[in-house]
Amino acid sequence: MIWCAAVLPNTNTNSMNRWFSCFLFNIVTPAHIVRLYDRFEALDKEKTGHLRPQDFGAINRLAMNPIGDRIIGAFFSPGQETVDFHSFVRILAHFRPADKKRPKDPSMPEPVNSRTSKLKYPPLVFSLISVAFQLYDQDKDGKISRAELLQVLRSMLEMQVTEEQLESIADRTIQEADLDKDDAISFEEFRKSLEKVNIDHKMSIRFLR
Amino acid sequence: MACRTCLWLLGTTFFTCTVRLVVEGTEVGATQGSQPEPGVVGSNHSQAGGGHGSSISGIQIVTFKWHHVEAPYLIALWILVAGVSKMVVELNHSLTSVIPESALLILIGWILGGIIYGADKMQTFTLTPTVFFFYLLPQVILDAGYFMPNKLFFSNMGAILVYAVIGTCWNAATVGLGLWGCWLGGAMGDIDIGLLQFLLFGSLIAAVDPVAVIAVFEEVHVNEVLFIMVFGESLLNDGVTVVLFNVFDAFVSLGGAEIDAVEIIKGIISFFVVAFGGSLVGIIFALLISLLTRCTKNIQIIEPGFIFILGYLSYLTAEMLSLSAILSIVFCGICCQKYINANMDERSVTTVRYVMKVFANGSETIIFVFLGISAIDPAVWVWNTGFILLTLLFIFVFRFIGVFLLTWILNKYRLVPLEFIDQVVMSYGGLRGAVAYGLVAMLDENKFKEKNLMVSTTLIVVYFTVMLQGITMKPLVTWLKVKRAAVTELTLAEKIQNRTFDHMLVAIEDISGQIGHNYMRDKWHNFEERWLCWFLMKPSARKSRDYIFNIFHQLNLKDAMSYVKEGERRGSLAFVRNETKADVDFNKKFRASFSEIMPDIMADNMGPDHVPLSSILQDIVPSVCLVMHEQDLTMRESEDFNAHHLLQQHLYRGRKQHRHRYSRSHLETNRDENEVQEIFQRTMRSRLESFKSAKMGVAPAKKIQTKHQKKDKPQKMPNGNSSDKSKNHPYGDKDLEFSEGDCGSGDEAAGDLFPMRAYRVEAGIVNPAFMAEMDPMDNMQQIPHVALLPQTLNSFDT
Repeated sequence: MIWCAAVLPNTNTNSMNRWFSCFLFNIVTPAHIVRLYDRFEALDKEKTGHLRPQDFGAINRLAMNPIGDRIIGAFFSPGQETVDFHSFVRILAHFRPADKKRPKDPSMPEPVNSRTSKLKYPPLVFSLISVAFQLYDQDKDGKISRAELLQVLRSMLEMQVTEEQLESIADRTIQEADLDKDDAISFEEFRKSLEKVNIDHKMSIRFLR
Repeated sequence: MACRTCLWLLGTTFFTCTVRLVVEGTEVGATQGSQPEPGVVGSNHSQAGGGHGSSISGIQIVTFKWHHVEAPYLIALWILVAGVSKMVVELNHSLTSVIPESALLILIGWILGGIIYGADKMQTFTLTPTVFFFYLLPQVILDAGYFMPNKLFFSNMGAILVYAVIGTCWNAATVGLGLWGCWLGGAMGDIDIGLLQFLLFGSLIAAVDPVAVIAVFEEVHVNEVLFIMVFGESLLNDGVTVVLFNVFDAFVSLGGAEIDAVEIIKGIISFFVVAFGGSLVGIIFALLISLLTRCTKNIQIIEPGFIFILGYLSYLTAEMLSLSAILSIVFCGICCQKYINANMDERSVTTVRYVMKVFANGSETIIFVFLGISAIDPAVWVWNTGFILLTLLFIFVFRFIGVFLLTWILNKYRLVPLEFIDQVVMSYGGLRGAVAYGLVAMLDENKFKEKNLMVSTTLIVVYFTVMLQGITMKPLVTWLKVKRAAVTELTLAEKIQNRTFDHMLVAIEDISGQIGHNYMRDKWHNFEERWLCWFLMKPSARKSRDYIFNIFHQLNLKDAMSYVKEGERRGSLAFVRNETKADVDFNKKFRASFSEIMPDIMADNMGPDHVPLSSILQDIVPSVCLVMHEQDLTMRESEDFNAHHLLQQHLYRGRKQHRHRYSRSHLETNRDENEVQEIFQRTMRSRLESFKSAKMGVAPAKKIQTKHQKKDKPQKMPNGNSSDKSKNHPYGDKDLEFSEGDCGSGDEAAGDLFPMRAYRVEAGIVNPAFMAEMDPMDNMQQIPHVALLPQTLNSFDT
């Protein structure tokens, strides 16, 4: 941990270093923290120690991603205009596939939410799903409304799809996924619809060594 | 149907006629050539048709000068026959999906061989090692190297090397020793052979063949990691094969008694020399090619020629130095791709790619046809049941064992382990092909008394692997896959989520700059960017790579500024509401200044991380149309089928890594480019929208723009920490210089951006696309994306 603090001179305090490296050690190795810090610095062109939305916007490949802007938004918690390194790593850590080889230290705090539901998913995947849910759910009411779904669909479908087609797809999607018939998709329903998506596999494929 | 049958018949008759002509020609040539010509110096190709040195009786109006054209005519004819065979093979697509092309070509080869043999009573045309190794193989391998997906190749290089080196050695040793053991046990009867010869045979039969692998895997679509493993292994194992072959050949010549530790050590050293030396030669030639293309600005039409000639020279040079020629040409192709694609004119690049495919296809076809023909030659056939069957058994079994063993070891070090089905496919896909045959045909009959036996066995092995394993590969894969995964149709929601996840993961990958890159790779990348690109790329190509996004940034800036200015002029609300008039014709404005750079921007579209930038720019420069397409389709039905179909058709596929499908006959598709452009334009548009609407949010409060008047703006800007934003000027000072005529307005627009920065984010995740549908006035807090706009493209390669 002291090592981590030495490596990251720009962050605020030593105690915060210890805290988040504690937290993250379960998920991200020190080598990764260093790499992420390099990346953070590369993105932070003005060397303020914080990332602003336009720093993310500068990643040109995100402009070629249909939901790129939403993902950028996911980095910024409500009320925040900038992202410091801590939050940066914390969010990225959601996407790190669990490595079986790393010894599990029981004293480390468990990532949140793992105890709150009896899931068959490992904690990381669960938090990944909640991040994904947030992408849809703009107004944070815990449900994906039809309008919100429409927006996401609009951004993910080619331009030649008409509004009527879009709406019909959205309607059918809600019909299929909405189990309690409230015309919106709750988190539980969302999670259910992801059961068949092999997230672990996807993540491990993406993050090849 | 009738048309197809006609084509078939036509093809067959063409064949027969051609072959008969060839055969007759050879007969004539043979008979004429064998006549003694005392008075004529030199070759038999007499100048006067039919003249034997004796006097001619009168002027001949037309003569049949077969000798005159014999050699080139035969070559051309064979190429034609090979081409026609390929055409015949491709007539029936359902047939080729079951039986791989290579197998069908071998069949045709058999037929042709039969015809020729029937006419000639001897096999006049066989696949000789010289022709094979010097004229047929290089272009196939150059094609493989040039189209190699580098990123994938190098990131799996460790595993590939393990399979190529250790796997091949294992195969060679086990097959050789196994056969030797069986021979000692008497399973093969009485043949004049020894341990060393067995080992030599093992080493040449052990190597997986690139030509055959491609031919079969073209039909069977496996995941890219698996593909690159088998493919990479087949290319790199040549280093081992050459060494083993030469070493054992030398050992056989020396005789058993002379072999001591020194020789063995020399053998091991020679492996390293051959392998690394070959690669080095290839890399040197790649440098040469890149340098040459760098200087050909004035005479672009000859550029493609250099690639082929220098590639071929690299092959021959390595061969001359007794290094691994295949490794040399592979690395030549791999290393030069990027630079020549950047340096050369677009048309040259297209030419090179297409011609390479043509050559490779042609070579492959000829190789397989001749492999078939060479079999129809009783002179080479020696049948020894034990030898042949045991060879087949051993190569099959030991391949499986070898792959599983090595994979088990490798999986301990890999993050993504290779699964069982992958290993099965890898083992089963270890096809032997023409390289083995070429090597065995090179053996000296005097040293190897059983050469014909070996040739026969090799041929049978090749036929077995290419035909049987080729045909059964696809069903095997399907069967295994079906057993593994329960395939149920996904619901709409699942499909959408699936795709969303894909996009999300791609985005995270981009943001994080791909966690997990190791130090070496980054270092290499930096080195390459700094030195190699400077040395090997044309200045304009380099400039365009660096400035590509600066240009875009400027373009987009100007677009934004002029867009907004126009709105100001016309009155804000009307402009805001009327979204359809947002066309900006870049063509007129910017073509003059950027036209010189545009043509040099190359499409670098081989790897997943190289988005075809030129296509983006070329399309966006003429017409950035900020109007959404409206189509008049009225789709009232909301049946499941339609919705699923819509999703199937129209979901963006995103930038996946599964894009480089190496194919002998297809160049890459363009669909992805359009998709990327569309997404890009939409993102830009939405950011522009949010920028515009945020700006509109400012306008009602203040009609006249003021600079730095943050304190005056009321409740719309809960200003947190915006005191000194001047240094965070979104456009950057230097960009103002680009708007030569617009300096003043540039300042104005820039000044208006200051307040933007001061907005606090109140909503959690803001969605610019969302804004387009809502009243822009309501959402003042869409700031992160407002601010996104100016800096959007201000970066090369983040």
